[in-house]
Amino acid sequence: MSNLMKTLFVGTALTCASAAQAVELEVTHWWTSGGEAAAVSKFAEAWNATGNTWLDGAIAGSGGTARPIIISRILGGDPMAATQLNHGRQAEELIEAGLMLDLTDVAEAGGWKDIVNPSALLDSCTLDGRIYCVPVNIHSAQWIWLSHDAYENAGLDVPANWHEFVDTADELKAAGTLPLAMGQQGWQQSIAFGAITIAVAGLDAWKGVNVHKDASVARGPEYTAVFEAVASARELARDSNVQDWNLATNMVITGKAGAQIMGDWAQGEFAVAGQVEGEDYSCLPGLGLNEVLDTGGDAFYFPVNDDPAITAAQKELAALLISPEVQVSFNLAKGSLPVRGDIDMSSANGCMQKGLGILANGGVLPSSDITFSADTQTQIEDLMAQFWTGDMPAADAQASYAQLIEDAD
Amino acid sequence: MTVASDPSAPPAKRPIRLTRNLMAKLASIPMILTAMVVFVGGTAWTVTYSFTGSRMLPKTKWVGFDQYERLWDTDRWLISIKNLAIYGVCSLVLTLVLGFFLAACLDRKIRFESAFRTIFLYPFALSFVVTGLVWQWILNPDFGLQNIVRGWGWESFTFNPLNDPDTVMFGLLIAGLWQGTGLIMCIMLAGLRGIDEDIWKAAKVDGISTVKTYVVVIIPMMRPVFVTALVLIAAGIIKLYDLVVAQTGGGPGLSSEVPAKYVIEYMFRAQNLGQGFAASTMMLCSVVIILIPWAYLEFGGRKRG
Repeated sequence: MSNLMKTLFVGTALTCASAAQAVELEVTHWWTSGGEAAAVSKFAEAWNATGNTWLDGAIAGSGGTARPIIISRILGGDPMAATQLNHGRQAEELIEAGLMLDLTDVAEAGGWKDIVNPSALLDSCTLDGRIYCVPVNIHSAQWIWLSHDAYENAGLDVPANWHEFVDTADELKAAGTLPLAMGQQGWQQSIAFGAITIAVAGLDAWKGVNVHKDASVARGPEYTAVFEAVASARELARDSNVQDWNLATNMVITGKAGAQIMGDWAQGEFAVAGQVEGEDYSCLPGLGLNEVLDTGGDAFYFPVNDDPAITAAQKELAALLISPEVQVSFNLAKGSLPVRGDIDMSSANGCMQKGLGILANGGVLPSSDITFSADTQTQIEDLMAQFWTGDMPAADAQASYAQLIEDAD
Repeated sequence: MTVASDPSAPPAKRPIRLTRNLMAKLASIPMILTAMVVFVGGTAWTVTYSFTGSRMLPKTKWVGFDQYERLWDTDRWLISIKNLAIYGVCSLVLTLVLGFFLAACLDRKIRFESAFRTIFLYPFALSFVVTGLVWQWILNPDFGLQNIVRGWGWESFTFNPLNDPDTVMFGLLIAGLWQGTGLIMCIMLAGLRGIDEDIWKAAKVDGISTVKTYVVVIIPMMRPVFVTALVLIAAGIIKLYDLVVAQTGGGPGLSSEVPAKYVIEYMFRAQNLGQGFAASTMMLCSVVIILIPWAYLEFGGRKRG
């Protein structure tokens, strides 16, 4: 018996000793497309280079599929060492329940307050003054992507903003090209709605609704103009027979459609197709009217763990993810913007440079992941799906939207 | 789960009810426990928490019927129910009719019967996700059926059900029928094989036509088979989810949403458990409303015997 105990003790001691040197951390994420997988491998390489082991826990499907799996694992007492989530309110309740590791000491040691730009990113990781996540990139949704082929075929100049796009849409249609490619899914239609709002109604009205949740602004004349603009835009996208966003992007790449309103991740599709910004396609942030970007994106959270060795490794990984070299290599592969303004991104392409310029000028907005709960977001997406696809009158949609804003939390 | 009583047991020495078939009872305890805890317990828990304002985590913050009021005010839920009703009625009728028709054809002692049976049953071996994807491609106007027919020279041919909000449910229906009819056919075929040859001989002697024999004599005799088929089809309709996710994703817009998808998305994507529970409770209610009268008719009468 005592022999057995001895063996056990020695075994435990050995495990502890080896754990202190090299820790295996399981990291879950939903980056599974080509460019995304290349980007996440940059993290893994950097982590493995420190002598630890990155155990990749990629979950196929989008965030909608992966988040329930991640959350149920944390709730079920089988937490991974680190996980991707979008920054914002997705992990709010998990933090409140004390299931996420407090990273405040790492953040203070790394001076995150000074380096994270825009600072709103860090705010979205903060609850009651404590920091619980590491932002790793910024994705913005207010972009329109234009096909040069489509406009050349119709003998037109490539539009420089949303108004020019709408004015030339009929001529584009006459040339047999679909003016606006639109994947018929609520989240994409919601992105297009948000981008058109910023372009048509301006920033004050947008903030009134999205930040201050003021339903009277949503009922006001600025938003009436927005809903009318969207109602005419849906006619431009009426024959868009695709569902997935990348199929819609493909229509722009092949010149079957004139334009698509989509986030900056669409850039990856153009890059894979070998297209060059400025020659084959153009990108206009803020639809070329109000050059602002929202600051959605991804962040890593570290579920609380009993093992002190793992906790130490978690903190080490947190500091690594935001370190300058890793930020550069990751974001170049991902096509997203880095979370710190003090690093050299000169090798980024034209669209990314535009985005970096806007970030440097402070033209940033909080993303809807940050301002609205997932519940309100889903309801808005449902409304947009209904509005874009059917024949719902603009006034009805506006009334429903204002009601959602009134009930929003 | 009740153990059949044995009327022929000798009345002289009355055995204690609890110890009769003791081993069988012991063996079924795990299943009974599973059924009680997982099904009944889970259902009760869900119904209870549908009266709370639970978001991502279940919390006992009571809100009364708020979740239900919101549910019945939501366009998406109403659209989902309407869609399920369309799909359900069409699927029920067409699966039964087609399944029986195919089974009757095979039962006419045709050549290569087993080959046909395999072909018809084969789609059932595929999951709904695969079925959905395959039919998404077949019905896609740019790659699928429409493109092929146009390639044959019929330029004006248009068949694009999945991208039209008015017809998308029928696009789903085609895929659902393709997948599910084979199984019903096999069940029907088994039922038809169970009919005594003498019935057919008697019908022939009486000069009743084949079709009339089927409708008037054979179908009423196959009542248990039809009930089995009905239960299988109905269960498939209520839980319709994966086919929609794979084939249309609920689109275009909200025009192919179904209740099960509403439940899943509000529970996990919207992180609003209360709302998802309220919707799943309503689904349970609809099943119960249909099942109880049927179960009463089907099993209630036998208690007398």
